Amino acid sequence: MLFTPFEVAETVNMFKDQHLDIRTITMGISLLDCISHDSKITRDRIYDKIMLKAGNLVSTAEKIEAEYGVPIINKRISVTPISLIAGATDDKNYVDFARTLDRAAKETGVDFLGGFSALVDKGITKGERILMDSIPEALAATDRVCSSINLGSTRYGINMNAVRDMGHIIKKTAELTKDSDGIGCAKLVVFCNAPGDNPFMAGAFHGVNEGDAVVSVGVSGPGVVKCALEGSKGEPFDVIADKIKKTSFKITRLGHMVATVASERLGVPFGILDLSLAPTPAVGDSIARIFQEMGLEQAGTHGTTAALCMLNDAVKKGGIMASTHVGGLSGAFIPVTEDEGMVEALNTGSLTIDKLEAMTCVCSVGLDMVPVPGDTPAETISAIIADEAAIGMANSKTTAVRLIPVPGKTVGEWAEFGGLLGGSPIMAVHKHSSVDFVNRGGRIPAPVHSFKN
Amino acid sequence: MNSVVTVVGEDRVGIISTISNVMADNMINILDISQTIMKGYFTMIMVVDISVCTKEIKEIRTILDKAGEELGVSVTIQHEQVFQAMHRI
Repeated sequence: MLFTPFEVAETVNMFKDQHLDIRTITMGISLLDCISHDSKITRDRIYDKIMLKAGNLVSTAEKIEAEYGVPIINKRISVTPISLIAGATDDKNYVDFARTLDRAAKETGVDFLGGFSALVDKGITKGERILMDSIPEALAATDRVCSSINLGSTRYGINMNAVRDMGHIIKKTAELTKDSDGIGCAKLVVFCNAPGDNPFMAGAFHGVNEGDAVVSVGVSGPGVVKCALEGSKGEPFDVIADKIKKTSFKITRLGHMVATVASERLGVPFGILDLSLAPTPAVGDSIARIFQEMGLEQAGTHGTTAALCMLNDAVKKGGIMASTHVGGLSGAFIPVTEDEGMVEALNTGSLTIDKLEAMTCVCSVGLDMVPVPGDTPAETISAIIADEAAIGMANSKTTAVRLIPVPGKTVGEWAEFGGLLGGSPIMAVHKHSSVDFVNRGGRIPAPVHSFKN
Repeated sequence: MNSVVTVVGEDRVGIISTISNVMADNMINILDISQTIMKGYFTMIMVVDISVCTKEIKEIRTILDKAGEELGVSVTIQHEQVFQAMHRI
């Protein structure tokens, strides 16, 4: 026999009982060659290019899924930040561009399309300003379009004007989608050090340094890691770090294989493999449960930051050797509404927004899918963004904020977003004002360690 | 193209025969077969060649699921490359 019964059973159980899946196959498409001074021509070119490149993305992914017996949960598209494309037109708002993207997303059958984005970590151009102001209406008028704004980086510092404005934009986005608990905000993420090759939503966009089209794959598997640690009670950290690395290696190898096959069949080069432990609301697919397996009574209690740090690092170490190109976010996500263990931690009072912030210093992204009271001032949201951006900037890592100020609801009430986005009780934020701080505007200078030349 | 078929569940008469018949009916050649007891469960592993199979893999999966249900066992079929990727460098 080519494989031992143990090897075969291990792999089969990963899929059957531990929710191992390919979380996403994402095709990145450059729209730079769609630019025109005429808005309609630009939008037609965008639609045609997406259809040309990604027209068979979903059917190809479904064939691979059936043939290999590997679940592929999402098929997605990321595009060049629209601010760079639409900026050449005379349009005063870019909602029609979002509609075009939505139409292309629906026609190709993908779950989400990311790239209604702007990169404003140093300054804001005309096109970027218009795009930012268009976000609330664009996200309310579309179903599958995702938006992201990069407003800080280790190299250039934090654009506090953008930070200030995004607080208001997030509030308005929530207000325009108030009938579904402000779900527009679940499709909007604010970054520091955003990678241009991330296949995960809501933050995926196709970086300007990428090729014409690439295929990237995101693999997940918190349940597999938790299972690998079962039976390790009392073992020292060296032992469990090693177990996580080995598991992560195997998961990444699977992802790399699928990425290679997808790239060949689509005739599009392989971009990167993103090995992110991304939870879903399903029982057995939780990051928080891994912390419990490590010996913490609940996620959020003392020790959680250290546990997450070790987990994130071991996942990267195991994954890096398994693929020729690991990129994107790669690490452990800690969304609140999408993780049933995190929701339990929140319900027991173990998890607060301050502890979550501390955890973002060592996780792969940031404050993700956190519902906060609908009456949270825009300036408080901006201040939370500033804190996250500072963590990312100072530590040369990606940080992100995806907060949902749930209209008409307050602390403890349930916010529901449905599907993979899940739901959770609303978290409390600090009551003291950050208004005068946020309204200073300007730029927070880049840290001294950014000058490496 | 080779696939790996696994059958896990309570041991009983007719498991190998039922699954083998599904293979024969659909022109799937069995290349290798082993069975063992793991954690108290009957575990059968088959490596099969599906390159001249008369049906789509999706249909085979449905047929195997149904056969498994009748036998009270769980049946999976996955591409051999999945196992290669995970267990062989």
